[in-house]
Amino acid sequence: MAAKHRHTISVLVENKFGVLSRIAGLFSGRGFNIESLSVAPTLDATTSRMTIITVGDDKIVEQITKQLNKLIDVIKVIDFTGDDHDHVEREIVLVKINAEPSNRAEILRMVEIFRGKVVDVSPKTYMIEVTGAEGKLNAFVEMIRPLGILEVARSGKVAMSRGKKSLT
Amino acid sequence: MKMSGARILVESLKKLGVDQIFGYPGGVVLPIYDELFKAPELRHYLVRHEQGGVHAADGFARATGRVGVALVTSGPGATNAVTGIATAYMDSIPLVVFTGQVPTALIGNDAFQEADIIGITRPCVKHSYLVRDVRELAQTIAEAFYIASTGKPGPVLVDLPKDVVTEETEFVWPEAVSLRSYNPNVVAHVKQIERLADALEKAKRPVIYVGGGMIAANGSAELKKLAELTKAPVTETLMGLGSLPTDHPLNLGMLGMHGTYRANMAMSHADLVIALGARFDDRVTGKLDEFAVHATIAHVDIDPTAISKNVKCHIPVVGDLKDALVKLNADLKKRKVDWKGNRADWTAQIAEWHAANALAYAKKKNVIKPQFVLETINEITKGDAIYCTEVGQNQMWAAQFLKLNGPRTFLTSGGLGTMGYGFPAAIGAQAAFPAKRVFDIAGDASIQMNIQELGTAMQYRLPVIIVILNNGFLGMVRQWQQLFYGKRYAYSCTEFQPDFVKLAEAYGAFGVRVTKPDEVKGAIEKALASGRPAIVDCVVDREENVYPMVPAGAPITKMLLA
Ligand SMILES: Cc1ncc(C[n+]2csc(CCOP(=O)(O)OP(=O)(O)O)c2C)c(N)n1
Ligand SMILES: [Mg+2]
Repeated sequence: MAAKHRHTISVLVENKFGVLSRIAGLFSGRGFNIESLSVAPTLDATTSRMTIITVGDDKIVEQITKQLNKLIDVIKVIDFTGDDHDHVEREIVLVKINAEPSNRAEILRMVEIFRGKVVDVSPKTYMIEVTGAEGKLNAFVEMIRPLGILEVARSGKVAMSRGKKSLT
Repeated sequence: MKMSGARILVESLKKLGVDQIFGYPGGVVLPIYDELFKAPELRHYLVRHEQGGVHAADGFARATGRVGVALVTSGPGATNAVTGIATAYMDSIPLVVFTGQVPTALIGNDAFQEADIIGITRPCVKHSYLVRDVRELAQTIAEAFYIASTGKPGPVLVDLPKDVVTEETEFVWPEAVSLRSYNPNVVAHVKQIERLADALEKAKRPVIYVGGGMIAANGSAELKKLAELTKAPVTETLMGLGSLPTDHPLNLGMLGMHGTYRANMAMSHADLVIALGARFDDRVTGKLDEFAVHATIAHVDIDPTAISKNVKCHIPVVGDLKDALVKLNADLKKRKVDWKGNRADWTAQIAEWHAANALAYAKKKNVIKPQFVLETINEITKGDAIYCTEVGQNQMWAAQFLKLNGPRTFLTSGGLGTMGYGFPAAIGAQAAFPAKRVFDIAGDASIQMNIQELGTAMQYRLPVIIVILNNGFLGMVRQWQQLFYGKRYAYSCTEFQPDFVKLAEAYGAFGVRVTKPDEVKGAIEKALASGRPAIVDCVVDREENVYPMVPAGAPITKMLLA
């Protein structure tokens, strides 16, 4: 068995209908799960940038990236996994939490430690926004979990190479 | 000038040089049919089932190298076409399939005869389009043909909602197509070609392993030069058959599960395997960890995903095969090498394997052996024919025994293995080449999967000769059951069969049955002379097996011999 790793793959695609299902199909057709996916237009509105996180056998992921390249609407693919791909990954999480007078101070302390923001307040709840790498977000969610989380929404990652290298 | 979408479709096809299409009408494509009515120069063959229509377009494409075109209606018309599309996809055949669709406003409403054919076919097309605006139609058609026929070819589906074909716009034909996300003209790296030439110069025991990519690239002439210059033997996959004439002294025949003894032995002992437009399919490699273990693997392919997919490749060359071979041959010619001397031992070894003659079969006086039927066909045609096959034992015997003179003369469903492919494909090939003799080598079961196309063959006077190797079994299934399932023939015996002679006659075709070896030749000659589509029903030895055979998952040296 070949090694299994988590892969962060960025794909630049034509902003056309059906692209997403073609790309998702390459993964699902091989029984691969997409752990997270984010899509949005780039500076050029005719193209979109996708960031896909998947876990799998390196050889099969390499096949998938080659297959992605073969799709007619795909312009460019980068698999950030590996040493030669020094890059930054970021994600955003929104957390809605029970905000009783008794635990508000504790919540705000956590938000400060993780450099988050309170973006919505109601008599009984706070909504908090935190951005960062996956580990930081996981740690934040774990820290405030005991305080009573009502809902979590994570954006899925976006990734970008450091330095001059560019997908677009 | 303003034109309806339907008219734009017809005008676009004419611009593309399309003169024959295979189709079947229905509600939403009636506007298109109405335009076809006014354009008799675009010949439309009315098939009897949409699957047959797509296979016919596929046979046309394989025989000519041009794009095959099919047109079907929405819903059931489109779903009936799916097996044909998947068949073409697996074998990388250039097709453009037009499907009707319900009007855009109704899409997603479970409208009458609506099917999400884009979604259904997504994993088995090279690309697909749902045209949503008549102003995009001409450009889309141009792109579809461009994508189908360039790079690694494949089927492209164009879904046409009814309102798009009835609305009008100015017809503007794009004279050139280019897509920033699709660059099919890959030119092989000279450095890699040089490495390949070096390896070939050093090799003691090279084998050239040729797949369907050779046919697609029209590379046969260069292949012949390469083999003859370097005295390297050539083996072909099922899809590569005909790349080199069968009787060429360097041709080892097919390799793999039902390959020749010498081809499989040569692959297993080679020190250099040069794969040309082949993809190391499991039917070829057998047990992967024992495949060509002594060999450096070189692989020339237009498709980077084919390289190192199943077998690790040491010398990858990505690019157009013909172009790469022209350059390789030019490089090799400059080298001073005693090719013949270098090959003496290898050539002798291969001759020894050849002497084992694993294709030999026991002839019988009163029973027709299926292999004998094929040898008789060789005798009659001298290779001047186009052969299509169905799937099963008939297909494998055809691959082993028919003598081919060149490429595009052996049309078979390799990747998908679609029973029912051969006859409609033969119709497409015959439509492309009216003066050629076209055969469908059939099994008694496969032929019944698209037998309705006899109607098409009769209507358009396409005198395809169907030769049924009639064993009264799903023969290949029975062979596996005999060898691997303790002879338990579970539901592989077609206990009822139609009278194929009467069936032919019911259509007005020629029908004849033979039961003795000495009747075979006369019957086929009579069928050819009839000038009509014909069925030659050859009642053959019921439990004959295809040998050699490598059991699935075994190394290819472990061949079961007769
Ligand atoms: C559409 C389809 N269904 C099932 C199969 C599986 N299959 C492969 S060969 C075969 C038997 C074919 O029988 P026949 O056409 O009589 O050919 P024979 O092997 O007897 O020459 C079957 C059922 C297939 N290849 N295609
Ligand atoms: Mg049979």
